[in-house]
Amino acid sequence: MDSYNIMFIILAVMIVLSSFATVLTKSVLRAAAYLFFALLGVAGMYFLLGYTFLGSVQVMVYCGGIVVLYVFAILLTRGAKDKLSENTRSKIFASALLSLAGFGAFVYAIFKANLLTEMLSTPEALAEPSEGAVISINEIGQHMLSTDVNGYLLPFEAVSVLLLACIVAALVIARKR
Amino acid sequence: MIQLNYMLIISAVMMFAGIFGFLTRRSTLAILLSIELMLNATDLNFAVFNRMLYPGGHEGYFFALFSIAITAAESAIAIAIMINVYRQLKDISVGKLEKMKF
Repeated sequence: MDSYNIMFIILAVMIVLSSFATVLTKSVLRAAAYLFFALLGVAGMYFLLGYTFLGSVQVMVYCGGIVVLYVFAILLTRGAKDKLSENTRSKIFASALLSLAGFGAFVYAIFKANLLTEMLSTPEALAEPSEGAVISINEIGQHMLSTDVNGYLLPFEAVSVLLLACIVAALVIARKR
Repeated sequence: MIQLNYMLIISAVMMFAGIFGFLTRRSTLAILLSIELMLNATDLNFAVFNRMLYPGGHEGYFFALFSIAITAAESAIAIAIMINVYRQLKDISVGKLEKMKF
């Protein structure tokens, strides 16, 4: 039991419990609060994998931006009073059954595929990130703004145009007439 | 030792919790919260596959990064639409949204 395993277990429990709480709690506002902790757990997983920049982006964009946006929207729409649902018991049962069946199929596929032994000759353990596995900020910048095979300049620019269009569209849609 | 499989199972739990919420919730904002959960599960999968199966490349990493940016745009638009719908109908539960055009 090294520190990686302990942190992994803590984050796993946090993610699983917050995910369930997000979809099971009665108040929508409380669901947003639980979602915050699930997102923080995912950010912790990124840090654990050695992807520190991705984890920081996750914390800044999701935990700092999107969750706050959701809380504002819930309060603006009086959604805090909404209950979980007025579903019939049979519909909830059918949904739970469907989700469990899908989850069982996923787990079966994961263990059946045996990814590590088939696809990788030397399994990469999580304990120590190897030198080539962790990407530095310098490399991220090089990849983002280069046009060669491993460059992402075109999607980078496309995302910037998308965000601009998104800002304008959100203003147009939500403005008072 | 932490295996790839454990990470995949955690993201599968997130994914299917999101699907359950998507199926059972009535408020559209709660449905959007469930969608965020599902999108995060896929992002985690991209990062985990990249890190553990193909540590030499960075494709999954950048896919997760762009996916986060696009998700932010998507939720901003969706929230704007929900606020607009609330102004028109004073209710955002899916049972009340029957007309696409007012």
